[in-house]
Amino acid sequence: MRVALFLTCVNDTLYPDTGRAVVKLLTRLGVDVDFPLGQSCCGQAHYNTGYRHGAEPLARHFSDVFGGYEAIVTPSASCGAMVRELYPRMGDRARAEGRGDSLARTLAPVVPKTYELTEFLVDVLGVTDVGASYPHKVTYHPTCHGLRSLGLGDRPRRLLQAVKGLELVELPGAEECCGFGGTFAVKNAEVSAAMGADKVRSAESTGAQVLCAADNSCLMHLGGTMSRLRTAMRPVHIAEILASTEEEPAA
Amino acid sequence: MSGTFVGMPAFPKAARDAVRNPTLRGNLRHATHTIRAKRARAVAELDDWSALREAGRRIKDHTLRHLDRYLLQLEESVTAAGGTVHWAADADDANRIVTQLVKETGESEVVKVKSMATQEIGLNEALLEAGIRAYETDLAELIVQLGKDRPSHILVPAIHRNRGEIRDIFRAEMGEWGRPAPEGLTDTPAELAEAARLHLREKFLRAKVGISGANFMVAETGTLVVVESEGNGRMCLTLPETLISVVGIEKVVPAWRDLEVFLQTLPRSSTAERMNPYTSTWTGTTDDDGPRTFHLVLLDNGRTDTLADQVGRQALRCIRCSACLNVCPVYERAGGHAYGSVYPGPIGAILSPQLRGTAGEIDASLPYASSLCGACYEVCPVAIDIPEVLVHLRERVVEGGPAVRQGNKVMLKPAKGHAAERAAMRAARWAFTHPGALRTGQRLASRTRRLHPRTLPGPGKAWSGTRDLPPLPAEPFRDWWQRTRGGKGDAK
Ligand code: SF4
Repeated sequence: MRVALFLTCVNDTLYPDTGRAVVKLLTRLGVDVDFPLGQSCCGQAHYNTGYRHGAEPLARHFSDVFGGYEAIVTPSASCGAMVRELYPRMGDRARAEGRGDSLARTLAPVVPKTYELTEFLVDVLGVTDVGASYPHKVTYHPTCHGLRSLGLGDRPRRLLQAVKGLELVELPGAEECCGFGGTFAVKNAEVSAAMGADKVRSAESTGAQVLCAADNSCLMHLGGTMSRLRTAMRPVHIAEILASTEEEPAA
Repeated sequence: MSGTFVGMPAFPKAARDAVRNPTLRGNLRHATHTIRAKRARAVAELDDWSALREAGRRIKDHTLRHLDRYLLQLEESVTAAGGTVHWAADADDANRIVTQLVKETGESEVVKVKSMATQEIGLNEALLEAGIRAYETDLAELIVQLGKDRPSHILVPAIHRNRGEIRDIFRAEMGEWGRPAPEGLTDTPAELAEAARLHLREKFLRAKVGISGANFMVAETGTLVVVESEGNGRMCLTLPETLISVVGIEKVVPAWRDLEVFLQTLPRSSTAERMNPYTSTWTGTTDDDGPRTFHLVLLDNGRTDTLADQVGRQALRCIRCSACLNVCPVYERAGGHAYGSVYPGPIGAILSPQLRGTAGEIDASLPYASSLCGACYEVCPVAIDIPEVLVHLRERVVEGGPAVRQGNKVMLKPAKGHAAERAAMRAARWAFTHPGALRTGQRLASRTRRLHPRTLPGPGKAWSGTRDLPPLPAEPFRDWWQRTRGGKGDAK
């Protein structure tokens, strides 16, 4: 199976380790991974900040780059939700504005083929034990888009539970937003920071060393909060845990 | 809308003050978390919840689509039952009508059932100007009124107060308005409730005019419905000689049958009760029972304009259960006052900028008062996709576009203050559709990473004031990929 990795602009620029982990993990599972170099951004930041028309060329670009692949895998629940939930909506809105079907038709092919990483592993590859080893105490934060837009459910937890040596502890108030929210983090910085601090404190209360999630943008916000609050916890993307093996352990 | 909130700062500033107030945050956190957990339990008891939610959504959508027809039917039914219907285009209209009606009775005091619509239009203030005193009779509303405060929650307007604060307000203020608080009043709930009961009873027995809102209006029979927990509303609805109900036009439902759905979803969503303790219905006037004169003031005040918006109109389905407030992490930290309206929380963030327009500073900031976490949509018993409307209104703020104001089609200009952001978004869009340029930018950032400050200038300061930035990696992923071809060994 040949899949395209959609890494997202944030991961590409700031979190290349996550990209390397996805490649390592999928290759280990026998998947042929390609990284189309033309890729950039799905347009989520534009769309959610109110620049829907500005997001349209980005969405078209995404479809141009990824349209030819069998499956598109992304280690970002929120960018996955952008494609799956909001691309169809963008098409509908363009139609409602009397601009015809062109946008909807361009975007339609990529929508059902786009998978968030844990969905792809569990639903498409049908695995929950990916042969990983990660001897740490971990708590999992189900980010809002993963939880409510994509409905990832217990897939990430099942994957984590199958990891050798990993002790998974429940995060109190797990389903509450961490306060990132894209431009919300800047436009309402104080509320955002208060939400982040509460999330970090409840993660700390579990005694876990690692806070894990399927979205690096939420982890960037939480990691920045941890570093400011001088906690001993670390934010780690789920891909890096699942890629970790006894031979090549992740930090 | 109400003059009460004029001059409110934009949301981020108002919210900042609340975030920094530990008592307020403590009160809110405690109250919202308690009701949130209870609601989840009450909803889980029904195995047809999602069907009920869908039915509620459909009934409301159907009614809104044929609102003109159902309102005329309602008017006919109310008139046939002995009531009088008045149409109010905006707040001034409604206030003028009500003031005139009260004056005609010769009274200078009225008792009120808790009502969002009358708060929305600032009725109490308008009455006061005409020399008429309006007494709030809902316990939480009474606390707000006595405290010369503003409501901060749809259902529990005094949610931001704790028991100690309430005792102090009762002791200091009750005497001003009528029967003073009993000597040595403590902050036990029973004593506080008893003090309020004695104070209010006097008002109920004396009042000749009652003013209410309504949760629903049934078009086929002209019946109005109020659901409540305390029974004070029922006293206001039955004891006075004249009853004036001010109700938003979106509150109409076609038939009695439709109440079946909402009388299940509303109490469970709002107070986590299986049924509202008091459900009062009234249909016009009846000889020898209840008010002898009944007036219904149908309030538009921006609702028809909202109805004209394809995405935003779903906000009119709202049954004011407040579940979205109780589950909202932003409301929990910012408090209700920060929203600058009688409609706080997620529903307020989409309703106020539609009813009032996005021209004002606070209204332009409200669509951004959310992290788009989606918890509000998940709990809403009429399935209002609040995040969808928030993003839609953000678009209106930054891009302007077509809208309807006071019945006229207009082209809205983008709100002020977004020029820099718009330019940045345009630049980002250009870079993202020109991968070569994007790559150069990423490389440049990585090569110069040791020079990057740990705090950001300009708008980025809002980030780095409270959180650290992640360190930039030595090379972006795409460079690594090109160097190693995905780790397949054929590095160039
Ligand atoms: S928007 Fe929905 S959840 Fe919020 S108050 Fe209205 S009906 Fe309740």
